[in-house]
Amino acid sequence: MRMPLFTLLAVIVAIIVFALMRIPNIEYLFVAGYTIVQYIVLSTAWNILGGYCGYVNFGSAAFFALGAYSTVALATFGNQIDDLVPESLAPYFHLIFPLPIPVLIVIGGIVSGIVGFGTGYLTLRLRGAFFAIATLALSVVLATLVVNWDFVGGSGGAYVVRPGQFPGLGSYLQYLFLLMLGLAVLSVVLARWIERSRLGYGFAAIRDDELAAEASGVPTLRLKLIATTLSGALMGMAGAPFPYYIGYLAPVSAFGLEYAVNSIAMPLIGGTTNWLGPVIGTILLGTLQQVTTVTISSAVNVLLVGVLLIAFVIIAPNGIVGLVQERLHARRRK
Amino acid sequence: MDFPFDLLINAVIAGLLLGGFYAAVTAGISISFGMLDIVNIGHPAFIILGSYIAYFFNINYHIDPIVTCLVLSPVFYLLGTLIYQVYYVSFEKRGQQSLRGLAFFFGLLFVTEVLLLLVFGVDYRYVEASYIGPSLHFGIVDLPLRMLVPCAGSLVLFGLLQLFIGRTFTGRAVLAVSQDQLALQLMAADPIRIKRIAFGLSIAVAALAGAFLIIIQPVEPSVGREYIGRVFAICVLGGLGSMPGTLIAAMLLGVIESITATFYGPSWAPAVSFGVLLLTLAFRPAGLMGR
Amino acid sequence: MTALLNVQDVSKRFGGFVALDGINLEVQSGERLGLIGPNGSGKSTLVNCICGTLQNEHGSVHFDGQRMDGLAAHERTHRGLGRSFQLPRPFVSLSVADNLCIPMHYTVHTRSGPLHADRIEARCHELLQMVGLEQKSTHLPRDLTQVEMRKLELARAMATEPKLLIADEAMAGLSHSEIEDILALLVRLNESGITVILIEHIMSAVMSFSQRLAVLVSGRKIADGKPQDVVRDPDVVRAYLGQ
Repeated sequence: MRMPLFTLLAVIVAIIVFALMRIPNIEYLFVAGYTIVQYIVLSTAWNILGGYCGYVNFGSAAFFALGAYSTVALATFGNQIDDLVPESLAPYFHLIFPLPIPVLIVIGGIVSGIVGFGTGYLTLRLRGAFFAIATLALSVVLATLVVNWDFVGGSGGAYVVRPGQFPGLGSYLQYLFLLMLGLAVLSVVLARWIERSRLGYGFAAIRDDELAAEASGVPTLRLKLIATTLSGALMGMAGAPFPYYIGYLAPVSAFGLEYAVNSIAMPLIGGTTNWLGPVIGTILLGTLQQVTTVTISSAVNVLLVGVLLIAFVIIAPNGIVGLVQERLHARRRK
Repeated sequence: MDFPFDLLINAVIAGLLLGGFYAAVTAGISISFGMLDIVNIGHPAFIILGSYIAYFFNINYHIDPIVTCLVLSPVFYLLGTLIYQVYYVSFEKRGQQSLRGLAFFFGLLFVTEVLLLLVFGVDYRYVEASYIGPSLHFGIVDLPLRMLVPCAGSLVLFGLLQLFIGRTFTGRAVLAVSQDQLALQLMAADPIRIKRIAFGLSIAVAALAGAFLIIIQPVEPSVGREYIGRVFAICVLGGLGSMPGTLIAAMLLGVIESITATFYGPSWAPAVSFGVLLLTLAFRPAGLMGR
Repeated sequence: MTALLNVQDVSKRFGGFVALDGINLEVQSGERLGLIGPNGSGKSTLVNCICGTLQNEHGSVHFDGQRMDGLAAHERTHRGLGRSFQLPRPFVSLSVADNLCIPMHYTVHTRSGPLHADRIEARCHELLQMVGLEQKSTHLPRDLTQVEMRKLELARAMATEPKLLIADEAMAGLSHSEIEDILALLVRLNESGITVILIEHIMSAVMSFSQRLAVLVSGRKIADGKPQDVVRDPDVVRAYLGQ
């Protein structure tokens, strides 16, 4: 299936999903749905670097939080324009602020993309294990910086007031959901495009054997930097609307370990070799988690993710998609 | 202005004592990562596990934490060999250790933390022993025994490990396996068995470090995560596989952290080790004494 | 005439172990050079240093008039250095044909512009036929035998359209007729203008192929000259050829 057709289908599916979700008129559906769609973006983003290139990123929380805190910083700035900006310029700033969320998404993407590029530049010339550890380090360093920066609320956290309504759509939450859905379509289309492109071949070569890839002419460092930047940017974009979704952002929730674990577990369980894996993994694991959190407890839910991750990594290394592919491959050889 | 020398000196001393302890914590990773090339980022989970088990026996039976972990170290050793076996069969043999091996250990870290959370809750736990509380005083210098004892224990542990690696056949085989597996096979030693022993050892050492940890500070399940950065920072700073380098790096990091905490506040402490790690990786990845 | 490849005083250590000790080697354009030596003598390390997989600590490597030291491996491949690995390193998740696409997408494309998909497919097929793997083009590397993997390794190096091809033990384990086939292939490549360095233990192949023979022992070059002279050199006989 060619890309334009796929893109069209993806958009149509998204529109259908959105329309179906509006029918029951239950706000909770959008609360839960937002989380799942957000994770589709996060796990697809993770998979571009992890599944396609083979470089594990433990710091998804850092890139996600960067997006969220860009929004907080800009929202706080917007509230304090009169205190911070000289009187003559204030009216112009009031015209621009508060920034619309799509703009915040782009800014979040740029900030996280730059940090992704920087982290990659510093560590990708070393072994993959060092990159993984560096991403973990990044998470903690950024969290500490945020906790100590009072402008964005410090350890106490920051409130971001969510408008009640969005014109034409009803609740603001539905608007946020629609935006996130759009991001999900964007990331899935991007992932599929990469898979089938020359870039995707290069990524696969790096993943399978970096030394042989270099010997075959693949500029491995450049491609890895592209992957890290793209992946980081997408995660930042997913994080940008988060403060509006949640209303109150504390470092402990923005930098929560569940972002790192989920964005790794979902692609690994779903399958890392193509765009469908993260989507399947997210929908299955995400739904399971919503059910567990509500029926049992959120701690057990998190335990479940960890156990499933370990189990799948040992038993089904190529995830659900991989299992299906093995069946097809075996059947074809007969 | 009066420069707070006494504060500085005590910060440095505390840092050195802490550093000794950090060396024990890192010794396990030095073996698994530095020599066996296994990125066990779940290592801190076993440290915390050791802490909680020491806590359990201390609270219920009043047994000294160090004694508990010494007595139970064979159990941890066996646990380590078991984990290595799973790791080897699932990942090393298939050549997929990079992505999936990392995810495996990450999963272990995570599951251990959450299990401890479910069993013991989020409260800080601490142990009681005769040497927790009193300090030795030498002029302006304070030497809290609760830091001196673990530091001394850590240095002993470290020294024993050095002897093991340098003087025993198995120890030298571990060093050899990190450099040339084929040569080892030609010497009729089974590299897989050697690696299994080494990994088991690293986990046993981790548990003992856990006992030291809970003497130094109260623990709660997520404390392990702070140690990931410290442990790898020390390992990388000291140069992979170099035991003396690990000791020096541990002391250095301990002192830097202590001074930062004393003069800038403890909320910056976690960033220190991870910041050191990032800087080292960026500018001198071979470490201070690396090959 | 300046040599196509000029290795001057190249050294490489691994910790305390000296893998290469002041190697000097010249290869003229269009030549067929054989490189032999016992296991562990540093042949693959030398190849790695020439091709950029490893960086040499001392000395210099010049290729086609340009200095190669400090250049990444992929840049050297773009400039025409092609090599196969002694232990095959295929891209395991890609089909045999796709394995050959990688060098085409990333070396030939870089050098001479985007390739049309048909052209890539045709060239893949052509290369697979040359090494005898055209039946397995859609298979995954794990379905190949050891021998077939070596052929794939060689084909992948050829797909980079090199000026200089280094074949590192491409013939290990092959049957007599397969060796003949590969040798004929290498000779054909050479006749079309590609300089070839053949690293092998199979002396009959080396002797019939090489115009010049170099011998590496314990990181040093101990002989370099006409094959018939080199094999009679007492140092070479003592160190490598036989007791």
